Amino acid sequence: MSIDREHGAPPPVQAAIPVVPATEEKSSTSSAPLSAVREFLNARGSGRIADNSFAALMLICACSIFLIVLFIFWILIKNSHLSLVAFGWKFFTREAWDPVSGDFGALPFIYGTLVTSLLALAMAVPLALGVAIFLTELCPRPLRAPISFLSELLAAIPSVVYGLWAVFVLVPLMRDTIGPFLVKILGWTGLFEGANFGVGLLTASIILAIMILPIISSLTRDIMRAVPDSQREAVLALGATRWEMIRIGVLRNSRIGIVGAVMLGLGRALGETMAVTMVIGNHPDIGKSLFAPGYTLASVIANEFSEATGDLYYSALIEIGLALFLVTIVVNAIARLMVWAVTRGAPARTS
Amino acid sequence: MSTRPIQVQPLDDPRKPSRANVARRMIADHIVSGLAILATILVLAPLAAILFYLLYKGASSLNLAFFTHVPAPVGEEGGGMANAILGSGVILALASLMGIPVGIAAGVYLSEFGRGKFLGNAIRFTADVLNGVPSIVMGISIYSLVVKPQHHYSALAGGIALAIMMIPTVTRTTEEMLATVPLAVREAALGLGVPKWRTALSVSLRTASPGIITGCMLAFARVAGETAPLLFTAFGNQFWSFRLDEPIAALPLQIFAYAISPYDEWHRLAWAGALVLIALIMISVTLVRIFANRGMLKGGS
Repeated sequence: MSIDREHGAPPPVQAAIPVVPATEEKSSTSSAPLSAVREFLNARGSGRIADNSFAALMLICACSIFLIVLFIFWILIKNSHLSLVAFGWKFFTREAWDPVSGDFGALPFIYGTLVTSLLALAMAVPLALGVAIFLTELCPRPLRAPISFLSELLAAIPSVVYGLWAVFVLVPLMRDTIGPFLVKILGWTGLFEGANFGVGLLTASIILAIMILPIISSLTRDIMRAVPDSQREAVLALGATRWEMIRIGVLRNSRIGIVGAVMLGLGRALGETMAVTMVIGNHPDIGKSLFAPGYTLASVIANEFSEATGDLYYSALIEIGLALFLVTIVVNAIARLMVWAVTRGAPARTS
Repeated sequence: MSTRPIQVQPLDDPRKPSRANVARRMIADHIVSGLAILATILVLAPLAAILFYLLYKGASSLNLAFFTHVPAPVGEEGGGMANAILGSGVILALASLMGIPVGIAAGVYLSEFGRGKFLGNAIRFTADVLNGVPSIVMGISIYSLVVKPQHHYSALAGGIALAIMMIPTVTRTTEEMLATVPLAVREAALGLGVPKWRTALSVSLRTASPGIITGCMLAFARVAGETAPLLFTAFGNQFWSFRLDEPIAALPLQIFAYAISPYDEWHRLAWAGALVLIALIMISVTLVRIFANRGMLKGGS
């Protein structure tokens, strides 16, 4: 009964009275043309203004993310204008870095950044894959939660603490133990020549590898978990061993996502500042030896920005920041698209 | 593919599973399992080493003076980081005040209004990309925006830099948490005549609030240890400072400055600072998680 009456109320205000059947109105106190419910609703207002303004407020906040990115881009371009005009594209291929005579080129920093990031990836990716395989396929259930918690704890440690540890633990270790060992084993490659101070490209790569490991391994774990169990069961049913199941059923299905995860790690490694600055040696040189001190894009900014004298010096540093910004954005964008393609249950991959 | 007839293999096919072949496959299986376990141990080893050194070196140099004194001049014993702990608190409070509301609002837009729209997807993607922008780039951008026109470093600039770093994380976690609220709950509220803004605020957000609070805490923990954006914005300070328009000390900055200094006394303080920083981050995250799970901050459902 009461349900019937409420069914009568919802029609639009303008058409309410003529349309509503008379049989349903008899129970209510409607001698006037408007029902009580309708009167109440009319008095209450539609709330459209509140709704629209709320939606607009949320939209403004959401668009602020766009604005932030655009704004960073704009301010970097504006402030590096001087150096952009003075050196042009050659800025990125020149080796000079001479603040006194105002001659700047970013090649040593690009070299240092690429070498440390790629070396770090070379160390971190196999380990991260191993951890992800262990956690998704091999690990006994009670161990799973603590180990993933611990590897995520690794991600929560601030970069400056990694740097502190590297300066006081890793650097002496490299100087006295690992360095001489590497010279003895791999000295013939020529990559480990020259004096070994403990600080240098190799040490920076190792600390970078430790820092990007948790990111790559936790993403890879999520991606491997997204592979449906039916794939695993199918491969196992054909008589595969566990490794063959992982290789054929899991890794092959998730390879796009794994590449994406690796690229996210690369993006992080390219922009990592504090820990690298503390152990890389900070010397703008391009040398073959991995023991040699180097410099990265991020660490040159961290070290020299606050003492940049002169507008050209300042804008050259900002231009380095601009390059870093653009490169990490491209790397991250590609990586995100790859990870999304897998974890969003995208079209089945046939191959 | 499935219609292709299965190729008939002769019975004496040399590829049939021989004992040697099975043994090879089993050995490969065991080797890979062993490598995976070894990799896990190798990954956990540095974590154990870092935590061990933090506790070993940090705890031995912690004392009451660390929490009550400002840094001592070079050559003098003692001194602490009281001003840096306070400064970090001020900067983080500023960053949270600016970053969290904007982040949550953006998350609400993505989840409640922008679902499936092109604009929503574009914003989601931009947030993910912004998340990966190096923190040092944030530092120099805010320097160029705030510090350079004003001609002095300030706590406010540091807060803005950290707030920008918080926004994408908060947005994405808010959106993910709101997505877990069942549609039926929203429909129930809308069916009772509750306007949409009220539904979003008191039904969706309230239901998802424990997860959102955890997300905010994770963003907080992430920026709490950030050093690079503060180098050219908050700059650091050796003395007490509460003012927002003056350089202010921060714990990560102080650790960095002491770690690269040549004095043993300062190295000791750097370890203590690192231990305190990690402890503060862990404690704040754990506390909020406990409260969020207990229901003190928990909404309906």
